Amino acid sequence: MENQDKQHVLSFTQLGMVLAILLVLTGVTVGVSYIDMGFFNIPIALAIACTKVTFVLLFFMHLKYEGRVINISFISTVLVLVILIGFTFWDVAYR
Amino acid sequence: MSSQVDRAGIKLGMWLFLYSEIILFGGLFVLYAAYLHRYPEFFAEGGKELNRVIGAVNTIVLLISSFTVAASITAIQRNAKKQAVGLLLFSLFCGVVFLVNKYFEWGAKIHHDIYPNSETLVAGEPGVNIFFGLYYVITGLHGLHVIIGMALLSVSLIFVLNGKVTASRFSMLDNSGLYWHLVDLIWIFVFPLFYLVL
Amino acid sequence: MTATQSFYHNSSPPGRTGIMSWLLTHDHKRLGIMYFGAVCFWFVLAMFLGLLLRTELMTQGRTIMGAEAYNATFTLHGVIMIFLFVIPGIPAIFGNFFLPIQLGTDDVFFPRLNLFSWYLFMFGGLFAIISLFVGDGFPDTGWTFYVPFSVQNSANVGLTVTAAFILGMSSMLTGLNFVTTFHRMRDKSMGLMQIPLFTWSLYATAWVQILATPVISITFILILLERFFSIGLFDPDKGGDPLLYQHLFWMYSHPAVYVMILPGMGVISEIIPVFSRKSIFGYKAIVWSSMAIAIAGSLVWAHHMFTSGMSDVSVFVFSLLTYLVAIPSAVKVFSWVSTLYKGSIEMTPPLLLSLIFIYLFSIGGLTGLVLGAAGTNIHVHDTQFVVAHFHFVMFGGTGFAFFAAMHFWWPKMFGVMYRFKPAYIGAVLTGVGFVFHYVPMLILGMQGMPRRYYDYLPQYETGNFLAGFGGYLLIIGMVTMFVNLLLSFKQRIPAPVDPWGGTTLEWTVPSPPPVHNFMNKPHVEDYPYDFTKVTERFQKTGK
Repeated sequence: MENQDKQHVLSFTQLGMVLAILLVLTGVTVGVSYIDMGFFNIPIALAIACTKVTFVLLFFMHLKYEGRVINISFISTVLVLVILIGFTFWDVAYR
Repeated sequence: MSSQVDRAGIKLGMWLFLYSEIILFGGLFVLYAAYLHRYPEFFAEGGKELNRVIGAVNTIVLLISSFTVAASITAIQRNAKKQAVGLLLFSLFCGVVFLVNKYFEWGAKIHHDIYPNSETLVAGEPGVNIFFGLYYVITGLHGLHVIIGMALLSVSLIFVLNGKVTASRFSMLDNSGLYWHLVDLIWIFVFPLFYLVL
Repeated sequence: MTATQSFYHNSSPPGRTGIMSWLLTHDHKRLGIMYFGAVCFWFVLAMFLGLLLRTELMTQGRTIMGAEAYNATFTLHGVIMIFLFVIPGIPAIFGNFFLPIQLGTDDVFFPRLNLFSWYLFMFGGLFAIISLFVGDGFPDTGWTFYVPFSVQNSANVGLTVTAAFILGMSSMLTGLNFVTTFHRMRDKSMGLMQIPLFTWSLYATAWVQILATPVISITFILILLERFFSIGLFDPDKGGDPLLYQHLFWMYSHPAVYVMILPGMGVISEIIPVFSRKSIFGYKAIVWSSMAIAIAGSLVWAHHMFTSGMSDVSVFVFSLLTYLVAIPSAVKVFSWVSTLYKGSIEMTPPLLLSLIFIYLFSIGGLTGLVLGAAGTNIHVHDTQFVVAHFHFVMFGGTGFAFFAAMHFWWPKMFGVMYRFKPAYIGAVLTGVGFVFHYVPMLILGMQGMPRRYYDYLPQYETGNFLAGFGGYLLIIGMVTMFVNLLLSFKQRIPAPVDPWGGTTLEWTVPSPPPVHNFMNKPHVEDYPYDFTKVTERFQKTGK
């Protein structure tokens, strides 16, 4: 059976690099939060959080090496979440 | 029909479960978004009352534990059982540190009369009450997930020790790892949204 | 067929006997049968409760119960019907039994998880029963558990909500199992466009179950937390917004109505071509419309809230989006009708029930458009019109699809044939009773009679009496149908492998199937609804 696809093994160095990037980004997000940019603080904090999450997903969770089914379904899940939050704002933002 | 273990299938099942967890927290983030839109200034005020240092430390602790869990999978794939055990033990230790921090954080807040339905919150600004209400619900649910994740990691650790998890068969460890990373993912959003809102 | 031992004789895992071979089984077929028993129990119970409600309304004032009992009864009727019958009904019974067979495999991907789902289902039901008898009685909130009433209410909301939470988990895990099975266990020679439509509809349903159910889980958790800690997330005094509860609730509960109807549509898509002896019209269109319904159905939740005081922009957007769902639903109805057109139709009980389905579902769908349009919605919101509308879809649709599935797959599941004549009589009585029952409600609603009211003004008496009368007809019809099916165990007329002339894989295995489903490697046809071989066989053997 072709089920037993070859396993992708990430080396410790690669994982360590990812951890380093994540820690740096944590520092950045804390640092940025001290600068008052009014409304823009939240989008920036979220953008950094999304970048961090992407690294965790791609490498720690091996999403980069998964097949199409998992990739597409993961993106769909995120889209569902965006719709749930976004469409609520049709109400919340215009009330 | 097939006696072989379909690792990809087990993984797919785990991911499907993770999606449901993401949406579970998603429901709370819907509330967060709507209330942030309604009370931005009070959310900022509430956020300043949370301890950024503890928040940042907990973020780092979880990130490191995520790394060690991922590394333990690499170790088991390379047949380095001892290394894997060590890394898993360290991850569990990180989980404990996180929970202890959380305990002190909640304790301090409760000591200052900030908890659901406390007099300070009920008498104070509604926006602040909502902020701390969400804070307790989300971090509480997240804490519960940390505990579940630690239980899963402990089971995997036992399986590694008695040889049920090996280089050719490590789905249990893999899936517990995925769960642990999910806990980390949620925290990555919780941290800026509660501790760093201005 | 020499004595092939059916799954009733062999347990999976092997070696278990007696009751344990059922309670600890991994066999998807046995689990399907076990769900069958449990779901039918709940169905009959809730049906009886519904009859009590309509009997109460047959005359003005108190007829058989007080106002508070009435409120608790309609809540119980709703909770049982939704969480214990309509949502699990078709997927858990027929899905469990036939999805692996239609995919040409021996079981679902996670057999033990499947057993666990069944236990969750039973525990959820048990909780619901317990909540009836402890504390201050069963909630009278309606199945929607709207805040603030559900939070302040002294009745046993907590336990009931926990029951619904557990049932949601069971449904979610079943969905998880189906998606994994669909992707990983499918016969290697079966491409995506060779999969039977029932399985496709279950696949679309499973995604909704996975991605929507957690929202209701968190909503119910929030109700519990509010009840215990009074956080105030939905309490305006404390800064909360009760409308957000309604948003969260319908984010699940609207997609959930597609969890209810999609498998029913799948059943109809199987039955219609078989008895038309003609390939299904628009196979791909039906597949895509299933997925489109699953997606579009998740975008329209706030159309339950047009009069709740949410923003006008929101009313406009959600009204518009609601109309989108009509498109894929209509695609299916047109495909079924086109399949019948110039087919070689053979009337059987499953086909008759399917035709009733198409008729009633179309009315349900069209009245749905009346409700989806923001303007008319304001007039009929929270009236009997709404009650009639969703019963047309849920009962006229899913309910009749459930009956059709029962009559279609009964020979395969139990290995016995039933008598047709009582089945026809039962189906016709149920259909006629249904129309008598719900059409008066549509009219009453247009005239302004609210739903969930214990009493009404004198001008509504005729309509309510007629509806009650229809209710009794409906019950007589269903009893006829069920008794006829049960009598088949006494008559013991053995069912052949393929009693109907079906083309999907379940009709190539013995009735009832052996424990591993297939004796030989299944042969997957290029196209699942090719009837040339079936008609050839009929011509040769003269039926």
